[in-house]
Amino acid sequence: MLKDNDRIFQNLYNDMGSDVTSSQKRGDWVDTKDLIDKGRDWIINEVKSSQLRGRGGAGFPTGLKWSFAPKEVGSRPHYLVINGDESEPGTCKDRDILRFEPHKLIEGCLIAAYAVQAHVCYIYIRGEYFVDGEKLQAAIDEAYENKLIGRNAAGTGWDLDIYIHYGAGAYICGEETALLESIEGKKGQPRLKPPFPALIGLYGCPTIINNVETIAVVPTILRRGGKWFASLGREKNTGTKIFCISGNVNNPCNVEEEMNIPLKELIEVHAGGVVGGWENLQAVIPGGSSMPLIPKKKCETLTMDFDSLMAEKSGLGTAGIVVINKDQDIIKCMARIARFYKHESCGQCTPCREGSGWMWRMLERMAKGEASRDEVDMLGDVTNQIAGHTICAFGEGSSWPVQGLLRHFKKEIEERNNLDLIVEKKNTIPYLVDQHLLDKKNA
Amino acid sequence: MSLRRPAKDQPETFEFNSSSLEAAKTIVSKYPKGKQQSAVMALLYIAQRQNNNWIPLAAMKCIAKFLEMPYIKVYEVATFYTMYNLSPVGKFFVQVCTTTPCMIRGANKLVEACKEKISENETELSSDKSCSWMEVECLGACVNAPMMQINDDYYEDLDKEKTLEILEKILNGEKPKPGSYRGRVNNEPENNRKTLMDLKNA
Repeated sequence: MLKDNDRIFQNLYNDMGSDVTSSQKRGDWVDTKDLIDKGRDWIINEVKSSQLRGRGGAGFPTGLKWSFAPKEVGSRPHYLVINGDESEPGTCKDRDILRFEPHKLIEGCLIAAYAVQAHVCYIYIRGEYFVDGEKLQAAIDEAYENKLIGRNAAGTGWDLDIYIHYGAGAYICGEETALLESIEGKKGQPRLKPPFPALIGLYGCPTIINNVETIAVVPTILRRGGKWFASLGREKNTGTKIFCISGNVNNPCNVEEEMNIPLKELIEVHAGGVVGGWENLQAVIPGGSSMPLIPKKKCETLTMDFDSLMAEKSGLGTAGIVVINKDQDIIKCMARIARFYKHESCGQCTPCREGSGWMWRMLERMAKGEASRDEVDMLGDVTNQIAGHTICAFGEGSSWPVQGLLRHFKKEIEERNNLDLIVEKKNTIPYLVDQHLLDKKNA
Repeated sequence: MSLRRPAKDQPETFEFNSSSLEAAKTIVSKYPKGKQQSAVMALLYIAQRQNNNWIPLAAMKCIAKFLEMPYIKVYEVATFYTMYNLSPVGKFFVQVCTTTPCMIRGANKLVEACKEKISENETELSSDKSCSWMEVECLGACVNAPMMQINDDYYEDLDKEKTLEILEKILNGEKPKPGSYRGRVNNEPENNRKTLMDLKNA
């Protein structure tokens, strides 16, 4: 288990209070000026050498992202945007940072803003976190009063203003370009990339977008050194991470642990074990609902980091672990996730807008055992038609969980759904045209 | 995609009151000159708060004028985002999370409680018109599942009995205490904390 003094978020459970004085006791804001005086290149290099990867889901190297910002500020100002839209089912880590460690985030904003030469930072928080947003606003006000941000922030000579922008219940706004659209006061529909936001982002200006957790760990990395951070975890999957363990466990919780920790240790030690014992485990969603589930037999030895989960054809995502035990109907669980994606599709690309609904309806029928034999493969086909054919990664996010289900639980689906084919196989009838024939009334 | 339509009965006019107007001006000042359209989301919230938890079409027109942007763009935003209520929802708006992490911990019991206490159907006002409920997608408090949100506050670690108690309170016009209903502290593992022990109760 990670040593307590290596944990970055000492106030994860709010033992000490989140105000500026208590935060300073924990080491926030102590020598921000010294850190910034070491210069932009030093900061970016230190973050690079820490091998910090973005904590928002994609795991892009943070130092590299910062180095994409133009070296000189041209006619257009630079912006820093913090993504606190956290809406991935299974994930609730950013909320705890916003309400209990706001000063880590604000200090991180100052350092990141200096590194990418931004004078304005927008923190995008999902609308449901209104109460937590108020707490962050109180912390921002405190920081202004203590001259930690604003003009000549913390005595560094750098000016920084931080504003909160509330979302309004759209999951898709967690996608970085949709988030920018949303800040601009439009529907949150993702933009095509390229151009990448680092060159053309908010209001057409260079913009760096980072997750809340990524930014909040930066001050500690700079204080303790990139080498310290890189010494935790393993190569390319370094440092610590807040894991959210929810679902059928005895003590669901958030806990900060080292990367590459065994999944079994997280569940058994921190979350008090699976309800009904380890033998009762059915599957685990390792990184928020977008990531394909992992069946029990692989959970025994699985370690939690970006690359080892990738090797299992899943992903670390946001590290929201949803534990599903054998009391649950796995097809129903996935059907509910499919319903989530059907509800949250922004409607911009046809494969995703229509396909997410198809997947949901097919899975609902499969959960009830009302599907015919050929539909199992058809469902797999639909997922392949969505993934990779959309502007943003939502297409992958919505079809991966279904693909995961098909990969590991195909037998269960086939056992339950063995109705005869509704339309006999004829090469002249493309099956998707006959969708209406599959409606319940006619089946 | 979620399908959202404005209510049939719409008030004729809408004006910001003085406190809303002040709040709106502060919001606009957060954004660069000429980019006042960015404030549209916050202004819709302000209108929603002022107008008893829902946004009439007149408010969208008012906001469009205030921000010097086309009305259709405000309408577009108001219908895209699900947290803007386009029809009356009552003084207490109960949102029950039923996405998978909550579902497998028994969110359907919370839905049952809402059906018993408030109304048979989603988004239908209770008999005294004071509240309504609906199923929503993940509210981001998965380790505190099952949970629900009433207006701004989260009510966590619920079961059917506790939900019934909470709903009883709001039907009497009281505001129940938000937070965990199993007495746990924030997101720590209940009675099983293994980390940061030196700080506990410090």
